[in-house]
Amino acid sequence: MLQVEGLDVQIRSERGTAQILQDVSFAIPRGGTMGIVGESGCGKSTLLRSILGIMPKGAETPRGAILFDGQDILTDRAASARGRIGFVPQDPYLSLNPVFRAGDQILEIMRRHAPGSRADHKRKIVELFRAVQLPDPEGALRKYPHQFSGGQRQRLLIAAALACDPALVVADEPTTALDVTTQREILALLRRLVAERGLSLLFVTHDFGVLASVCESVTVLYAGRVAETGPTRQVLDDPRHPYTRMLLACHPDRSADLSGIPGTVPAATAQPPGCRFHPRCPIARPDCATAPPPLVALPGGRAVACPHFETPLPENALA
Amino acid sequence: MLSYVVRRLLLALPALLGLVFLTFVLSRVIPGDPAATLAGDAATPAQLAEIRAQYGLDRPILEQAVIHIRQVLTGDFGRSVFSGRPVAEEIGQRLPATLELTFAALFLSTILGIPLGLLAAVNHNGPVDHLVRLLSVGGLAMASFWLAIMLQLVFSMDLDILPLRGRVDVEIGMPPWRTGLVLIDSLLAGRLDMFWDGLLHLVLPAVTLCLPGLATIARFTRSGVLETLQKDFVLYARAAGYGRVRLNAIYVLRNAVNMVVTQIGLLFGALISGAVAVEAIFDWPGLGTYAVQAILSADYKALLAVTLVVGVVYAVVNVLVDVAQALIDPRVAEDAR
Repeated sequence: MLQVEGLDVQIRSERGTAQILQDVSFAIPRGGTMGIVGESGCGKSTLLRSILGIMPKGAETPRGAILFDGQDILTDRAASARGRIGFVPQDPYLSLNPVFRAGDQILEIMRRHAPGSRADHKRKIVELFRAVQLPDPEGALRKYPHQFSGGQRQRLLIAAALACDPALVVADEPTTALDVTTQREILALLRRLVAERGLSLLFVTHDFGVLASVCESVTVLYAGRVAETGPTRQVLDDPRHPYTRMLLACHPDRSADLSGIPGTVPAATAQPPGCRFHPRCPIARPDCATAPPPLVALPGGRAVACPHFETPLPENALA
Repeated sequence: MLSYVVRRLLLALPALLGLVFLTFVLSRVIPGDPAATLAGDAATPAQLAEIRAQYGLDRPILEQAVIHIRQVLTGDFGRSVFSGRPVAEEIGQRLPATLELTFAALFLSTILGIPLGLLAAVNHNGPVDHLVRLLSVGGLAMASFWLAIMLQLVFSMDLDILPLRGRVDVEIGMPPWRTGLVLIDSLLAGRLDMFWDGLLHLVLPAVTLCLPGLATIARFTRSGVLETLQKDFVLYARAAGYGRVRLNAIYVLRNAVNMVVTQIGLLFGALISGAVAVEAIFDWPGLGTYAVQAILSADYKALLAVTLVVGVVYAVVNVLVDVAQALIDPRVAEDAR
């Protein structure tokens, strides 16, 4: 369905070339759900933008490919997957244009990417509004974004993502801007729609709780590289990469004190050599600084980019 | 929506009343004696006193102001000391000429300024952007009287394709008076030759007058579009697969244009004052030339009436601007509630 293969993304600017993503690979099978986790600045947004075909200015992809249904959507602009990939953005408050009616904003997407007449499209939208449980589906077409609550707007955007019958839905932390109750409802809705319609889902988040409830598998990114990947349950219960282990250990749900991983994610213009995590890693050895560790396959469909994944972490690893 | 319009109109009333009061008091405290103008150089002190009493000029200023306001409210603007005719009648004849000119200029600056600003913004820091910047700085910096004379030299004298001055050709004449606007009256009368003649006469004055407004609108559109392009909803629209042209020309522009519309309202004041110079050069029989004549002859009744009429037009234009904004952005009318 969606295959990202050895993707490199760099952004050239006056201040130099920033390595945003390096050798990122993962695949989502038809009907599969994949979560992408990582701290801010790890390259999640750039990955999403590459898939959606809206790369920022100056972005280059010297290596790698993104295949959607076997077509390379990265280089072949004509085969662009717009319309075939639904997108649910992060902030429902800012993602709708305040001066256009909700219905018109979705109709514009369908006008370009869905077959059928305007009347067909309207009928389809009302049907989708009903599916996402938006109150008064017919009236909602003619309302402006500010006349909806945050949760309703996210429902609206989910409906928009489904408008052109996509095979894959890409969601960028779709619940971070919402309160906890609404968050739960939106996640339940998304999960139900994905299951009912047999959609594939790529879900970006930094919340492990959300991850566990929505995604079958997970890819952990650190500073633009894949640190670890595998089925969500197994990765969360038994993390292998020191970064994942520390990230999970400092999750507020799991530890009483609000500790964190010492140091910060390196700037994209000044990536350390070798393993990008080694300056912050409590079990780093001298050879970690020489060559980037390859992603090693483990049993159970897992893979980890750390040769020392069996070394236990010291007690005082978090600060 | 209707109540919104009515409320805006009512809000304009106190401002206009204040304008009438203030301009009257100002006209009476500045040096210069209207009685002396009326009576002429050879008047005796006794004649002057008589005229003062006749026109109420010997009463306290505040009392005069109240009388003046009361007269204005009943539509009585007094008589011109220069021509002896009722001021209201004279203004009624000249206002349409000025309105035709200023609205033509406003129309030109809007339909040219918005696309130019949009083009500049989507080519941010590209050649088109620099060209538009050059044009708009030039448009603001150029003195209108100089530009007017240059246009006359090139298009009327050298090329001889546009009339030099006036509102209509003497041989063709004015269409029968309905609205006082040549372009509309000629169409109502079914006289296309008059319409064409009026249009040709309008070109040079309107082009001269529109330039500063065009520059302002282009610059505001450019910055509005640039600001809107940074918004999350634009990124979302691109991700969702909006077409590039439609995204910029409709989706982004509608957000950006709201700031521009505010500017258009403010511009109208500048247009009317700019019209004074342009009318003088092109011999355009509008309020501008009338006001100049009134100032030169200390015709204070005429001057007060011109100020008020311009104030009313300005207020109406700004109500229209408010309405346009509410139509463009539905949140505007709701916030005002």
